[in-house]
Amino acid sequence: MSEVLVLIEHTEGNIKKVSLELLAMAAGIGEPSAVFVGPGADAVLATLGDHGAKTVYVADGQAFLDHVVVPTVDVLAKLVSEKSPAAVLIPSSADGKEIAGRLAVAIDSGVITDAVAVSSDVVATQNVFGGATIVHSKVSKGTPVITVRTNSIAPVQSGGSATRVDVSVEVSAAASATKVVNRVSVEKSGRPDLSEAAIVVSGGRGVGSDEGFASVIEPLADSLGAAVGASRAATDAGWYPHQFQVGQTGKTVSPQLYVANGISGAIQHRAGMQTSKTVVVVNKDADAPIFDLADFGVVGDLHSVVPDLTARVKARK
Amino acid sequence: MKICVCVKQVPDSWAEKKLTASDSTLDRAAADRVVNELDEYAVEEALRIVEAGEGEVTILSMGPDEAADSVRKAISMGAHAGIHISDPALHGSDALATSLVLAKALEGRGFDLIIFGSESTDARMSVVPAMVSARLGLPQMTFANKVEVNGSNLTIHRVTDYGYDEVQSSLPAVVSVVEKTNEPRYPSFKNIMAAKKAPMETLSLADIGLDAATVGLANAWSEVKDFAERPAKAKGTVITDEGNGAEKIEEFLVTQKFI
Repeated sequence: MSEVLVLIEHTEGNIKKVSLELLAMAAGIGEPSAVFVGPGADAVLATLGDHGAKTVYVADGQAFLDHVVVPTVDVLAKLVSEKSPAAVLIPSSADGKEIAGRLAVAIDSGVITDAVAVSSDVVATQNVFGGATIVHSKVSKGTPVITVRTNSIAPVQSGGSATRVDVSVEVSAAASATKVVNRVSVEKSGRPDLSEAAIVVSGGRGVGSDEGFASVIEPLADSLGAAVGASRAATDAGWYPHQFQVGQTGKTVSPQLYVANGISGAIQHRAGMQTSKTVVVVNKDADAPIFDLADFGVVGDLHSVVPDLTARVKARK
Repeated sequence: MKICVCVKQVPDSWAEKKLTASDSTLDRAAADRVVNELDEYAVEEALRIVEAGEGEVTILSMGPDEAADSVRKAISMGAHAGIHISDPALHGSDALATSLVLAKALEGRGFDLIIFGSESTDARMSVVPAMVSARLGLPQMTFANKVEVNGSNLTIHRVTDYGYDEVQSSLPAVVSVVEKTNEPRYPSFKNIMAAKKAPMETLSLADIGLDAATVGLANAWSEVKDFAERPAKAKGTVITDEGNGAEKIEEFLVTQKFI
């Protein structure tokens, strides 16, 4: 059985959930091999093995901290030429897509981004145009390079273990052309990451102000253990930071539950959330297009309905 | 300072988009054609850099004949010249082919900076800037929300999950900027008039030295097997709040096992 390479996304050894999901997806195509670059591999070998990786290729070194994207591409390109894998699966993050793009150029292979499923014969399913159209596509030249969205498949614990294989790659001129001189962390909210969250509570024009986000939307999110999202109308108005914008421009989310409050549902917003599994809507306007996506909707004022709901959710704990 | 901004003509991001049944490519006639919104941030960034010092901004686009309108539109923000790569053989080109064409068109022109929007609102792949950087062998300075040129050095803030990385390179370099990097200006009347007379090169594949057999739908590195409209979602329950709205949502969340 051919190997399937899975790039493990992590921050200093903390594995992103999507990486374990990709190991489960790889098992449906061939034999999953994890590719771990940067420091921290020892601490996660057991976890990767338990989630289906038979081999973990490890490339460590200062280069992965000093330079962006390219050192990882160099490792993957080397592994592709040595192992001839059936496919390379990469998380569909900003970094992941760029790694996939450069890798495709380096190995002269086709690339598919934002897949939500990949079949055993490496046909990828994508939800394009914000989920309005479902596309099946296949790479026709070279080794398929496919980026996969978070929450596309559940991780599977197989109870197996992985063999560590070290890979060394020289720092290429392309890699050293850029240098990271400083990493700056913005304050974390303590809420789940928007693109990985199981539940997203979102606010739009109807929220009315930044104060509305702080006093109405965030408390509901916190009662549900959810991430907070915002429509473009809300971020354009400056009520909530732009990095939380869900939509055509902004983040695409596909949580188990999406709660849309005071959001009309223009295509710009629907494009970022319409593949959510369950959608709950609160909006004053009964004609708002967002109700077309609702599994459950309430025509009413979010400023009274949402605080009441927050209190009810809290009371159940 | 010579800056090239790569722009893409896309269907209006506020309109419904479709694929063409016959060959599974984007139905460009189904919606109004506009300059990709995120590319406007790239044009604005280029203009600010030139205005802070000196230089010229050139707009480059690959696309069908109509894409010339988008090149003019982008020039009317205040740029100086345009290059439009148009050839019937380009129809159906994928990201690999697009990056090949752009890289070929950029080669040897001596641009100090090549700036892209971080993604197009139709394909949303976010791979072309990285691919062009790889093909040209220039530093990849992408996903920037801040761009600073200092002599022959470049510093950007690359947006990350945790905040940003401050990244440096020398010039020339390939940059992509994210949404909200700046506030794109509206074209002034004077610049709209100037854009009509701005020099514009219209080039075919042969003009940039590329063989038609390397691009287009038939030579793409990936193929669409089939596509379908997502079936309309079954109508959910919608009630009008009579003081019991929250209670009803609570009941729904309980039956769905969310709480």
